[in-house]
Amino acid sequence: MEMIIRDIGFIIGTTLMYSTPLIYTSLGGVITERSGVVNIGLEGMMYFGAFVGAAVAYFTASPWLGLLCAALGGALFGLIHAVACVTFNAEQIVSGIAINFLGAGSALFISRLLFDGATQTLTIPNKMPLPLDFLFGEGRLFPSSGFMDLVFNRFATVYLAFFMVFVVWLVLYKTRIGMRVRAVGENPEAANTLGVSVIKIRYCAVILSGVFAGLGGAAMSIAVVSRFSNTLISGHGFIALAAMIFGKWKPQGAMLACLLFGAAKGFEIYLGSKGVPIPGDILAILPYLLTLIILVGFVGKTTAPGAVGKIFDKSGH
Amino acid sequence: MKKVFFSLKEAVINGAAGLTIFSILLGFIVGAVVLLLAGFNPIEAYGAIIRGIFSKPKYMSYVVIYSTPLIMTGLSVAFALRTGLFNIGAEGQFIVGSLTAAMVGYFVHLPMMLHVPLCILSAMAVSAAWGGIAGFIKARHGVHEVISTIMLNWIALYLLNWAVTIQSFGQRGTGKSHMIQQTARIDLFGQWKITPEGIDFIRSHKILGDILKSPVNTGIIFALVFAFLVWFILNRTTLGYELRAVGFNPHTAECSGINVNRSIITSMSIAGALAGAAGGLQVLGVSYRVAKLAAMEGYGFDGIAVSLIGNNTGPGSVFAGFLFGGLKYGGSKIQDAVGAPTEVINIVVGTIILFIAMPKLIQLLLRRGGRWK
Amino acid sequence: MIDITKKFGDVVANNHISLTIHKGEVHALLGENGAGKTTLMNVLYGLYRPTTGTIRINGKAVSIRSPNVAISNGIGMVHQHFMLVEPFSVTENIILGNEPTRAGGIVDMVSAEADVMRLSQEYGLSVDPKALIEDLSVGSQQRVEILKTLYRGAEILIFDEPTAVLTPQEIQELVTIIKNLTAAGKSVIIITHKLKEIKQIADFCTIIRRGEHIDTVEVDKVSEEELASMMVGRQVSFKVDKPEQQAGAAVLEIKNLRVVDKRGIAAVNGLNLQLKKGEILGIAGVDGNGQTELIEALTGLARVQAGSIQVNGQELANQTPGTIRTNHKVGHIPEDRQKRGLVFEFDVAENLILSSYNTSRFSTFFILLRAAIYSNAEKLIKLFDIRPANAKITAKSLSGGNQQKMIIAREVSSNPDILIAAQPTRGLDVGAIEYVHQTLVEQRNRGKAVLLISFELDEIMNVSDRIAVIYEGRIVGEIKAKEADEQQLGRLMAGCSL
Repeated sequence: MEMIIRDIGFIIGTTLMYSTPLIYTSLGGVITERSGVVNIGLEGMMYFGAFVGAAVAYFTASPWLGLLCAALGGALFGLIHAVACVTFNAEQIVSGIAINFLGAGSALFISRLLFDGATQTLTIPNKMPLPLDFLFGEGRLFPSSGFMDLVFNRFATVYLAFFMVFVVWLVLYKTRIGMRVRAVGENPEAANTLGVSVIKIRYCAVILSGVFAGLGGAAMSIAVVSRFSNTLISGHGFIALAAMIFGKWKPQGAMLACLLFGAAKGFEIYLGSKGVPIPGDILAILPYLLTLIILVGFVGKTTAPGAVGKIFDKSGH
Repeated sequence: MKKVFFSLKEAVINGAAGLTIFSILLGFIVGAVVLLLAGFNPIEAYGAIIRGIFSKPKYMSYVVIYSTPLIMTGLSVAFALRTGLFNIGAEGQFIVGSLTAAMVGYFVHLPMMLHVPLCILSAMAVSAAWGGIAGFIKARHGVHEVISTIMLNWIALYLLNWAVTIQSFGQRGTGKSHMIQQTARIDLFGQWKITPEGIDFIRSHKILGDILKSPVNTGIIFALVFAFLVWFILNRTTLGYELRAVGFNPHTAECSGINVNRSIITSMSIAGALAGAAGGLQVLGVSYRVAKLAAMEGYGFDGIAVSLIGNNTGPGSVFAGFLFGGLKYGGSKIQDAVGAPTEVINIVVGTIILFIAMPKLIQLLLRRGGRWK
Repeated sequence: MIDITKKFGDVVANNHISLTIHKGEVHALLGENGAGKTTLMNVLYGLYRPTTGTIRINGKAVSIRSPNVAISNGIGMVHQHFMLVEPFSVTENIILGNEPTRAGGIVDMVSAEADVMRLSQEYGLSVDPKALIEDLSVGSQQRVEILKTLYRGAEILIFDEPTAVLTPQEIQELVTIIKNLTAAGKSVIIITHKLKEIKQIADFCTIIRRGEHIDTVEVDKVSEEELASMMVGRQVSFKVDKPEQQAGAAVLEIKNLRVVDKRGIAAVNGLNLQLKKGEILGIAGVDGNGQTELIEALTGLARVQAGSIQVNGQELANQTPGTIRTNHKVGHIPEDRQKRGLVFEFDVAENLILSSYNTSRFSTFFILLRAAIYSNAEKLIKLFDIRPANAKITAKSLSGGNQQKMIIAREVSSNPDILIAAQPTRGLDVGAIEYVHQTLVEQRNRGKAVLLISFELDEIMNVSDRIAVIYEGRIVGEIKAKEADEQQLGRLMAGCSL
């Protein structure tokens, strides 16, 4: 019995850990798409964030500084995407594809310069701290490797991610700025006639999506693992994008979808460690298949913001 | 004369070709700036790329080999895009196609004249179905093709990783499949190259011998034929007419009696078939097998770049495929030649696409440039 | 507004126009479509910057750089296409951009809703502050738009074509609302091209024609006819010449048709109609009474829930658009030509074969016959006088009138038995309108059946042989065009019995 509870704890814990990078990135997706700008470049922003986070954490030995710089790195590419899409009316998907090439290319380019021609960083000296670690272990509140330890003794980035879900929800649905963001994403012409600056709002939202994608990348490179490598992100940004759509463009929905993907990873690792004779690769298919089936069967016509992907031209021509 | 020049300038400013050329130019300029900032001489670096492409016949042969799958996935993305569909799924369709070709190539025994077409056709058929799924659930259930193809990409990847663990197909413990039969290969002189006469020939003929040192294969011929077919179908057939009408304006298409849902499925299936052929040709001509993938290989994503740089047309994809293939192969040389990171190529390609996405900016730049003269 | 000029590139939309509005008056801006009325008001509201000219409010010159500045100067605008965020509530829409907040930037919805209630009672604008816009009727949405301006303390309210989408009852309510507003000292500007409304509401009227200021008159001192001739610049007679002709056998029979709209409400409900060879049957009615759904059902674009549609005795309910076109020979000039009539990126020749590309004339074994396609285009360009006469330019680069000619050329040349013409002259200039009417009459003279759906009562009365009035999804009356008078049709359109 105790075994089973511990195993469940292990699965929940790994689920939380692996969902975290996706949650940040998909929150970024929610913010930008709510303002009406598609950002398929989340992958590239996440990639760059993962590298910057690990590189800074390596050189400064501070994971927090790494996290901050990853956010700034993501913001840089968010800015490029915003300039292209908001100021120059770019095709948003095409610009996003460009960001993916640029984000990954820049990360590897700089990595080779800083790490002696290697496309990965060295192992960082300090990972993200475990803020609740003092509760677990010999003679403390909970025993180590018990259920509570396995579930709750997680990196700070994990707690921050869930807190951010709440913050994004609060801002989007309860505050003035959030209301304006949603209005701009639904009907920019209407917002414009009321004196809401579509351009400013979209710039902020797109840059913020870069910040979140950067955090997502760093949550991978300085918490889940302890270094950046060229295959670390491979596709997680796209999964976050899918989670955002799956979660119907809502922060809490996106979070649940990310947890689904994380849970699949958790099970995969758990079963792998137990030597269960289900091939891991088949198991790895499940979340993607499940997402497809749920999208087909239950979600149906997606409920995207009204003006998402559409160019807003203030001059009216 | 002045008038001719003026209209030419207008064509360049407003036309797609001009936009592409200037974007490519700007891409290289940005790449040069990046190299300069990193402390490298961009002229040397670009020189190394050009030498890496043109200085030996073997290199050029490699560029062709590198370009073949990119042209094919580029065609795949371009075809779907002309129907207004964004085929992020070329990656997965490529994987499924390569797996199918590897299986048919290994398990089936047939004379070459039948075996090669069978491999390619079955790769195309399976990938057409793979792409068609995304088309179907878009048409029937309104699920956006971008999200469904992202899912299908991962399913394809894990499917392949699982397939190479099957005992009869995979080589135990290596994560690789068995090699396909000789009859399924589309290499040129592959067997003869290792005979004594072959070795003699390679030694004695400077140019041909050098080319034969690369894994030359007939894949590029297939790619060029497919490029022609894509152009022909899109521009000269009723099917292409329907698909383009749906891509530009589905409402008008529907109102004119075109079946929009069927067009979406057809288009995604054909796009899938093209990406599948890319995967098949890669197995038949270069790798002869499939192996476990730790991450996406990127043929499909590179295909998106190729399609966009090629203005989403058949001939454009050939041009952009060669450009990208050349950069990829030539770019891999600058690490050794000048010590600059190869990935400057990704930055160049990303910048090109970024500018292609912003015709408004390019026109602005050109107009202003014109005024200065 | 003094000496306002606005240019878009080389096109002059407003040429030295001046306009004076006094406190508490209703001032109408009259002009044809495209005359420059809306552009002028967009300048006043800060959506466009004037190329030259100045604006003074209460004697003080102001530079209205953005809607924000307009709003802070007490200018509010009720747009023709409502500027509402559909999934938002009434209150959210009203306060957007001007939200009352509590600490931390949290929107104070409670006080906002109370404010909205208070305002709506003050001016007799009844709305539910919590309702979502997407669930509201058009009239209620307009009231939300008015509340938006009042919430911002507007003293000058601009209405852009406020009655275009309203039912007669809603128009009456609007008249009352406007009277309430002026009684409270607000000034109102109404953009319109409907003469009757001007006579009914306005005190003054400024007439604009092709971007030029023609005159400003006191409404009481001019007749409708005088206004009309100032608007179009010549005495207009929309009478269409057509020979007497006996209608033939029925080709289209609609029985008990029921079609639901996007919201699932029966927009067409128990509709019966008969269309005969050699006649033009006009469907008169206010927008939103089931016209769109009727057209969509007839052309296979919407599902028929119940009832039958027979063409020459064959059922076509719920067939595909393609079958209806080719097998039943039904041509269709769509209501929204940009959305449904054309492929902008296709060239003229390609657009001209949209409904016949897969016939043997233009393709064999799936291969397009380019020579035939382009010679067809040359022929139709000449026949229908499409300008510029170039088959290889994209449809996008043609003017609205020529785009419409292209659609008509395509539909007429496919030789349909029945031609459905939905709003065929919307947004066209006078010359193009006459051309379209002539073409419809020619079809009728050749013994074809034409179904004309239009919101312009003049058009219906002048072109049709027979008029059917649609109201709330059914035909409420049929009259021979010769015997029809406007009053009688107006009553039918408003749902009153004869």
